Amino acid sequence: MALDSTTRRVSPAIKPTGKGLLKGMWLTLRTLFIKPSTVHYPLEKEVLVPRARGVIALDIEACTVCMLCARECPDWCIYIEGHKELQPPAKEGGRPRSRATLDRFDIDYALCMYCGICVEVCPFDALFWSPEYEYSESSITSMLHDKERLEEWLETVPDPPALEA
Amino acid sequence: MSALLDSFWALLALKLLVVALVVPGVSMVIIYAELKISAHMQSRVGPYFAGGRWGWAQPLADGLKFMQKEDLVPADADRPVYKVAPMIVLAGTMAVFVIVPFSPKLIVQDLDLGIFFALAAGSVGTIGVLMAGWSSANKYSLMGGLRAAAQLIAYELPLVLAVVGVVIQAGTMSMVGIVEAQAQTWFHVGDFGVSLPFALQGQIIGFGIFMTAALAELNRTPFDMPIAESELVMGYLTEYSGIRFTMFFLGEYAGMFAMSAIASTLFLGGYYFPGLDSEVFGPVILMGKVGLLVFLMIWIRWTFPRLREDQLQSLAWKWLVPLALLNIAVTATLKVVF
Repeated sequence: MALDSTTRRVSPAIKPTGKGLLKGMWLTLRTLFIKPSTVHYPLEKEVLVPRARGVIALDIEACTVCMLCARECPDWCIYIEGHKELQPPAKEGGRPRSRATLDRFDIDYALCMYCGICVEVCPFDALFWSPEYEYSESSITSMLHDKERLEEWLETVPDPPALEA
Repeated sequence: MSALLDSFWALLALKLLVVALVVPGVSMVIIYAELKISAHMQSRVGPYFAGGRWGWAQPLADGLKFMQKEDLVPADADRPVYKVAPMIVLAGTMAVFVIVPFSPKLIVQDLDLGIFFALAAGSVGTIGVLMAGWSSANKYSLMGGLRAAAQLIAYELPLVLAVVGVVIQAGTMSMVGIVEAQAQTWFHVGDFGVSLPFALQGQIIGFGIFMTAALAELNRTPFDMPIAESELVMGYLTEYSGIRFTMFFLGEYAGMFAMSAIASTLFLGGYYFPGLDSEVFGPVILMGKVGLLVFLMIWIRWTFPRLREDQLQSLAWKWLVPLALLNIAVTATLKVVF
């Protein structure tokens, strides 16, 4: 196909006015004299938003070992093991009830990408976001939090927002 | 003491010692300024803890860190060339300090061809850069070295041509002579007269061309094609480490000081300031002017993005060189007419 003058795309001639250059210079100069937005972390701490995603807390009692969180986790960083326990029947002569008990619930925060899908997917509200973020370790294996440690985070979970009227 | 100063060799040794101390010292100060200014321009704080307050010891700590690192030479490298390249770059930059006048007397050697010597010695570094790029046996280094060669050839011309205007106006190539020419007064009203630097005596275009070309000579953004990190890793510096990298690093920042000192001497009046005694305040005045120009260079670096290679070449050949030639023609004409 031949390109005639009507179909050819001609890039518009850029006129170097220098206006943009001066604008950029002015911006950097102005930024030089305003207060830096850096938070001097160990000395002062950031004010977090209330629902910040710092760490995931686990309510062991609420967990039913349904494995939904482990299966939905994109990083496969949740490890769950459990067994069934027979509980005495509620009424005399009834059938003993079986109850799933959690043996192991580990989240490997070295792998976790804080997507929150596990919290979303949990049908029994056993997982919560906590804004705590200071749990760095010097060894990567220590980033694996077991169920006791995950339950400790539960105290730091803020109250849910009030229901809308 | 005076006997010591009269001896040529003793004086030479003393001057060498001073230059050898001033170059790293000045480089450290400029590096610190660059760290801090770039940080605040990006709304950061920059070095904060090194040395107790404001991170003033950060360049020292960086320098020590570089020095204790291993001095690697790639297996395929051309060893002698690879090893001598950073020395040539640093030596070329330090040679420029010979003709920088800090006051009428405080100058290593006031050569009759002062500015000519400065431009010639400053260009030696180009060979060092090309040697570094060629001898590293690395494609990125080679590309960086070739880009540096192309860029330095292109910008050497406007740099020299911009200086010619000043030389015509001053009638001398001696650095002290050029400053003296700017100290002379104009617009006489009785005893009163105003002395103007050459930048305000019609060489403002020359000053602009000189600073643009100087930025390109120093491989600083927006002309940092030879070390373009996003394309060439680190250009001709890719394979360098340890003490040899430090030499390149110091050479770059010492070059900033040298270029700013030349620019302020040629265009801004050097150590002269109306109403102040040059003998006493000369070094302070020159440092102030150099500081302003260094700040300008840092400011430009942290504002503008990098030019493309063809844009870089067309800026030099299509704009700066013709403009500088026009500047020379107009200056020469006016010099003859008046």
